[in-house]
Amino acid sequence: MTYTTRKSGLLTRRHALTLGTGAAAAAMLGAPVIVRAQSGPVKIGHLTPMTGFLGTLGGWAVEGASLAVEEINAGGGAGGRMLELMSEDSINPENGATKAQRMLEQDGADFLLGEISSATALAISEVAARNEKLFMAVGPRSDVLRGERCSRTMFCTDIPNTAMVNAVGTALKQQDDIAGKKFFTLTADYVFGHDLLSAAKAFFDRNDAELIGDELIATDVTDFSPFILKLRQANPDYVCLNLAGNQVTNFVKQYAEFGLPYPMIGFNLNTADAWAAGAGNLSGTWPTVWLHTLDTPESKAFVERFQAKYGKLPENHSWISYIAVQIMAKAIAETGSAATPDLIDYLESGAKFDVMKSRPAHFRAEDHQLIQEAYAFTVKDDGSYEDVHDMLELSATVPGAEEALESIYPSTEGGACKLSL
Amino acid sequence: MQLFFLLEQVVNGLVLGGYYLLIALGLSLIFSVGGIVNLAHGAFYALGAYAFVTLSGTFGFFGGVLVSPIVVALLGIAFERFILRRFYREDPILSLLVTFGLALVAEQAIRMIWGSAPLAASLPRELRGSVILGPLLFSKYRLMMLAVIAVLLAGVWVLLNRTSFGRVVRAGIQDPDMVAALGIRLQPYMTTVVMLGVGLAALGGAMFAPITTVHPAMGAEILTIAFVVVVIGGLGSFWGVVCAALLVGVVRGVTVFFVPAASEASMYALMLVVLLLRPRGLLGETIRKFES
Repeated sequence: MTYTTRKSGLLTRRHALTLGTGAAAAAMLGAPVIVRAQSGPVKIGHLTPMTGFLGTLGGWAVEGASLAVEEINAGGGAGGRMLELMSEDSINPENGATKAQRMLEQDGADFLLGEISSATALAISEVAARNEKLFMAVGPRSDVLRGERCSRTMFCTDIPNTAMVNAVGTALKQQDDIAGKKFFTLTADYVFGHDLLSAAKAFFDRNDAELIGDELIATDVTDFSPFILKLRQANPDYVCLNLAGNQVTNFVKQYAEFGLPYPMIGFNLNTADAWAAGAGNLSGTWPTVWLHTLDTPESKAFVERFQAKYGKLPENHSWISYIAVQIMAKAIAETGSAATPDLIDYLESGAKFDVMKSRPAHFRAEDHQLIQEAYAFTVKDDGSYEDVHDMLELSATVPGAEEALESIYPSTEGGACKLSL
Repeated sequence: MQLFFLLEQVVNGLVLGGYYLLIALGLSLIFSVGGIVNLAHGAFYALGAYAFVTLSGTFGFFGGVLVSPIVVALLGIAFERFILRRFYREDPILSLLVTFGLALVAEQAIRMIWGSAPLAASLPRELRGSVILGPLLFSKYRLMMLAVIAVLLAGVWVLLNRTSFGRVVRAGIQDPDMVAALGIRLQPYMTTVVMLGVGLAALGGAMFAPITTVHPAMGAEILTIAFVVVVIGGLGSFWGVVCAALLVGVVRGVTVFFVPAASEASMYALMLVVLLLRPRGLLGETIRKFES
C-alpha cells in the first residue's frame, strides 16, 4: 500500500493503460475458469474462529465439517460433484468479512459456510448478500440473525437464543417453581449476549421471576472474581450465565473455587466449554443442540465414525458443522446445482433433513431457521462420574413429542425478519 | 456495606496483582539483565499450565504445582543457552523477532501435542471454598496463592539484594563490561536469571490452571498484561514491578465496582497516566548500558 502511494507520482498514463489492459486480460482469463468450475469440485468457503475467545470451539467445527466432506466424497460426491472445503480462521468481524470477500472473489467459493460468533456472522452475511452467494451460518445463535438482520442469502442451522432459553426454562420449571425467584445474570458483552439477555428477560417476565442484577462482561475478561464478589452481595436464588466460549469455562472454574451456594443455570453452553471446566466445577441445567449421548442409531453411528477418525468424542460444534455440510450436499444433489438461487429455492421448499434426531428438521421459509429438536442437560453430582466426558446427562427433549417443533422458536408472526429486502 | 464491598474488591485486586507479578517479574529481570524483550514469556506461562495438567495426573495437585515449574525452568535453561545468548549484544529488533517467532512456535507446538481444545483441570475439593471474615469474602485458594507469591517474592528479593549472586547480577544490569573487566563471566548468571524468570511464569501457569481456561493461546492473553505491569513499574526496578502489579490489580478491582464495562480498559488508562507523569515508570531506574 505504502509502496504504491510513494510511487504514485511516477504512474504515467502509459502505465495506467498497461494496467487496464492487464486487468481486461485477467478478466478474460477468468471466464473459462468459471465455466470449468461448474463441473469441477464444489468449493465451500468455510470460516470459523480458531483464535480468540471462541477459538477453542472452531477446531471442533473444522473436524466435523472435514469428516462430512470426506464421507460425501468417498460416497461419490454431492450429485456426482466432489466437495472441496477451504477452512480458515475468521478471527473477528473485520477479518471474517475480508476473508469471505476473498473466498468468493478470488478463491472461487460457490458458497460460504461456518462461523460461531454472531458478530462475525453478521459481517459475513453482508458480504454474502452483496455477492449474492449463499451463507450457511452454522454456529451463531443470536436471534437478530433470524430477526432484524436476517438475509435472503443466509440460513441458520444452530438453535437461536430464544430456543435455548426455552429449552432450559422448560426443564427448570419442571424442577422448581421459579415464580418470585431472584436471578442474577452475567452476560457476554457483544451482540450474542445482548440478544440472549433479552430472550432471558422475556422468559423471566413470562414466569414472574425477578432479575435482580445483570453484569455485561467483555469477551476478553479472564478473571471473574470481582463479579463473583458482586454476586454474593446480591444474594440471588439463581446465578444465570449468558456467557460465551472461554468466558463460561473461566467463570465456572472460579465459581467453584469460591464455593458460593447459589445454584447455577445457563442459557448457553458448548460441550467443549463444559469439558474444559473439569470435573466438579460445573453444575446446573443448560441447553444444547446436540450431545454425544443422544440415543438414536444415527447419532451413535456418527459418534463412532468421529471417534474412529479423531480419537475423541465429537463436540456439538463438530456435529452441527457435519450436519450443515450434509444439508448442503443434499441440496446440491437434489437440485443438481451449486448456484445460490437454486439452493435457496430448495432450502426454502421445506425439504426434510435427517439430523440424527427423532424428528427430521427443515428450514422455515420465513426466517431461514433450521427447525429441529433441542435438549436440556444437567450436570451429574460431583463424584458420581469418572471422567468429564460422562459428566453431562440429557434431561429433556424440547419441545416434547406432542408439541409442534416450532413452539420453542421465536415466532415469525409480525416478525422483524423481512427476507425480500 | 458499600465500603466493605469496595475493600473486598481491593484485597481481591491485590491477589490478582500477585499473579500478574509472577509473570511480570521474570519479564523485567530478563530485560534488565539481558536487554531482551522476551515475547516468548507468555509461552512459558502456558507451558507451566499444560505441564501442570499433565503432571498432576501422576503426581497429584501439589506434585504438579511443584514439578511443573521445575520442568519448564529446565526448558528455560535450554532457551537461554541456545537462543537468547546469541542476542544480548545484537540489535534489540532481532531478539524481538526471535522471541515473537518462538511464541508462535510454542503455541502451535502446544496445539500439536495437547490439541487445540482446552484441557480440564480442577481444584482438589479441600482447596475450594471461601474464607469469610465478617462482611468480607475471600477465596481460600487465592489467599494461599498470595502467601506462596509473597514468600517467593521475599526469596527473589533476598537473592538479588543480599547475596553475592545478586550483586553480580545488579552490577551486570548497570555495566556488563565492567563486570567482565573484573574477571566475572556473566553468562552463568544470565542462565540462572532466565531460568528463574521462566520458572516463576510457569508457576503462575500451574497455579492458575485450575481456575482459568487452559488453552493454547493463554500465553498471549497474559503477556499483554505483564507488559503493561513492567512498563508502569519501570524497567530494572524490583519494587516498581511489585507496586505496578498490585496497582493494576487493585485498579481493575475498583473499576469493576464502579464501571464494570471499563475494567479491561482501566489498566491501559493507568499506564497512560503513569507514563505521562513519569516516563520511566513508577520507580524506573536509569540503566547505564541502555542510555547511549
